[in-house]
Amino acid sequence: MEQATTLEHTEDVYEPSLTPDSLGKLGMWIFLIGDTMSFGALLAAYAAIRAGAGVIGWVPPSDILGINLTAFMTFLLICSSVTMVKSLESIQKGNVSRMCTFLALTILGGVIFLGLQVYEWTHLIKHGLTLTGLPEHGLKGGAIAGSTLFGPTFYAITGFHGLHVTGGVIYLIVILIHGLRGRYTAEFNHEVEIVGLYWHFVDLIWIMVFTFIYLL
Amino acid sequence: MAQDEHKEHPKYMYIFLWLFILTAIEVGVAIPEYSTVIKATLLIGLACGKAFLVAAYFMHLKLEKRTLAVIVITPFLICVFLVIMLMPDLTSDNRHEGIEKPAEVVDTTAH
Repeated sequence: MEQATTLEHTEDVYEPSLTPDSLGKLGMWIFLIGDTMSFGALLAAYAAIRAGAGVIGWVPPSDILGINLTAFMTFLLICSSVTMVKSLESIQKGNVSRMCTFLALTILGGVIFLGLQVYEWTHLIKHGLTLTGLPEHGLKGGAIAGSTLFGPTFYAITGFHGLHVTGGVIYLIVILIHGLRGRYTAEFNHEVEIVGLYWHFVDLIWIMVFTFIYLL
Repeated sequence: MAQDEHKEHPKYMYIFLWLFILTAIEVGVAIPEYSTVIKATLLIGLACGKAFLVAAYFMHLKLEKRTLAVIVITPFLICVFLVIMLMPDLTSDNRHEGIEKPAEVVDTTAH
């Protein structure tokens, strides 16, 4: 009898064991924490290189990068985050077709974002921002002089983020296909929640990249 | 990790509106030219505010256990620490003296 009460007590004290739902979610969170460190290291390296440019100087990013387009790209990712939460909300209420529609809209947002990034990169490369060089003239018409490390750091960080968006779009397409085949219900939908975590993280990172690379 | 299904989902459109407004303010703050320190403080503050909104409401951190939020904040603090630890070394004057010297040597050999 005494033993039974002690057992009951220990079950109250410790966390409940991981279920398949929460295990997947925990796995994604651990991945995202690791990914935060990757982006953190890249941004810290950027900050260090920029601060260390010293006598050579660092070109103000607004002289080379257009803010309007990227502000629109930020807006687009925020919109796709909203459609993502709406998709999860729909399936939690058991509405499969609404979930699929919102997932498709999220994918569309991601694809347009990638398209705009390709447009931006080709534009910048044509104007002379390469891994080894800077464009001769800035957006404001003045001559450009500064550290040539601007190019590689810019392409490394936005490229790494773009790769995450690409991965996210593929991941979302897989979940959409599962959804269209009727895999998810009001009771079984943690996979949609997990893809959502990843997608919001990509949005969160872009918020940081936009601020540190484009605005500062 | 336990889901609190009885807790009501936050109103996502309000969060969207806030994110949109904060982005607009960010662009407005970034374009005019003034003190870099003030500009950087404002922009980083706004970005952190937006990141908080996304993590807390879209990623449902507010509805999760407090422990998870503490775990998630840790890497962000480590990143800030990383930047602070790199700065003194890179902004010191000795570093540039070291760079200029070999350049002079190259000049003399060229003549």
